[in-house]
Amino acid sequence: MYQRIFAFLTLVAVGLAAAWWLTAPVRVDAAVFSALEPQSDPVAGQDVFNAAGCASCHTAPGDESDGPAVLSGGKRFASDFGTFVAPNISSDPVAGIGAWSLVDFANAVRFGTSPQGQHYYPAFPYTTYIRMSDTDLANLFAYMRDLPASQAASEPHEVGFPFNIRRSLGGWKLLFLRKDFVRPEAPDAIVERGRYLVEALGHCAECHTGRNALGGLDRSAWLQGAPNPSGKGQIPSLRPDDLQWSGFDIAAYLTTGFTPEFDTAGGQMTDVIKNLAKLPDSDIDAIAAYLLALP
Amino acid sequence: MKRIAIFGAGLAVAATTAFAGGHTGPLDAAIGARKAQMSLYGFNLGILGAMAQGKAEYDADAAMAAANNLAALTTMDQSALWPQGSDNSAKDNTRALPAIWENFPDVFAKAGATAEAAAAMQAAAGDGLEALQASMGPLGGACSACHKAYRAPNN
Repeated sequence: MYQRIFAFLTLVAVGLAAAWWLTAPVRVDAAVFSALEPQSDPVAGQDVFNAAGCASCHTAPGDESDGPAVLSGGKRFASDFGTFVAPNISSDPVAGIGAWSLVDFANAVRFGTSPQGQHYYPAFPYTTYIRMSDTDLANLFAYMRDLPASQAASEPHEVGFPFNIRRSLGGWKLLFLRKDFVRPEAPDAIVERGRYLVEALGHCAECHTGRNALGGLDRSAWLQGAPNPSGKGQIPSLRPDDLQWSGFDIAAYLTTGFTPEFDTAGGQMTDVIKNLAKLPDSDIDAIAAYLLALP
Repeated sequence: MKRIAIFGAGLAVAATTAFAGGHTGPLDAAIGARKAQMSLYGFNLGILGAMAQGKAEYDADAAMAAANNLAALTTMDQSALWPQGSDNSAKDNTRALPAIWENFPDVFAKAGATAEAAAAMQAAAGDGLEALQASMGPLGGACSACHKAYRAPNN
């Protein structure tokens, strides 16, 4: 009898240990980034910053400035799991991330792991950024270090039980944090570049793809539209058959905000367009080519 | 300033009327009318935009006509088009967010900015393609500023 109880308790302990080990935060290879840091290029990092859309979420609510982004945070994002508040990621060493190393930054952006080894919520789209190249990560960090500092304190997320158990996000990541690209085929270099811009930087899918009950993206319905997570309405599908836009139409919309019918962009898409309008034309054309190659 | 005061007074009247009425017919009429207004913006903007994007030959007279229309449309009194209770939380046939009715001063400011951008286009549209193109961005930006804050995604 006692032997059975002992065996059972041993199994439970092993199971808990395995779960604890499996849900541990993942980190990058520090040596790779230490080697990259001296060659990092803030000018190239600006394109990464704009393509990745960092300013869309991390500038202050109502900040419409066109100057260097002040990443003070404070914007609120309502979801089925609670309301997330974008933190201060400015260069301030206390309120922001000015005291971080490149390795800290890479852990956060690629794996959603904080310098203290805590899991970030996937409202921060590391599910996309996990595909960002080492070089782009290093250049992005170099650019963001030069942006203005803000002393605004980050506000806590408003997330209730059980979603406030950070360790459980380790399980979420096991299920949904995948490095492979969603669209396997890239028929040419332009579509391949577009795939990188959409799937590794631009995080279009975060709004334009539906989610399962646990909040993971439904890769089988990639970019096919989704309910608005923050209220009424539907985020549109980007499939060519649904959209019926030419490459010219897509490029014009992503840089000027005008649809082919000369309606104009609204909602969060206006911030996306503000960022994309700063990218080279070749990158906009690559995004259009990728979208037109969707099934 | 006077126009804004009239707009505000009109909104107050419209709000009272809608409240007193309590049935949905007039709200649907107002929603339909403001959608028609938006269609007219888009149609005239499309004439200018086709030229700006090189899809149509620049034609000074046609551009002027469209720009004049936009200038007229953006200065029309819209107070009766936005009755209280015609937001997307109360009605399914609109994307207008309730925030409109909570932020009238900002809505007026954005409407005023749109009228200014349309006036600038009116002044530029007949002055050649480059002048027209330079006025498209600010005009589209003024439209988007309102759509950003006050319009929900597609139904």
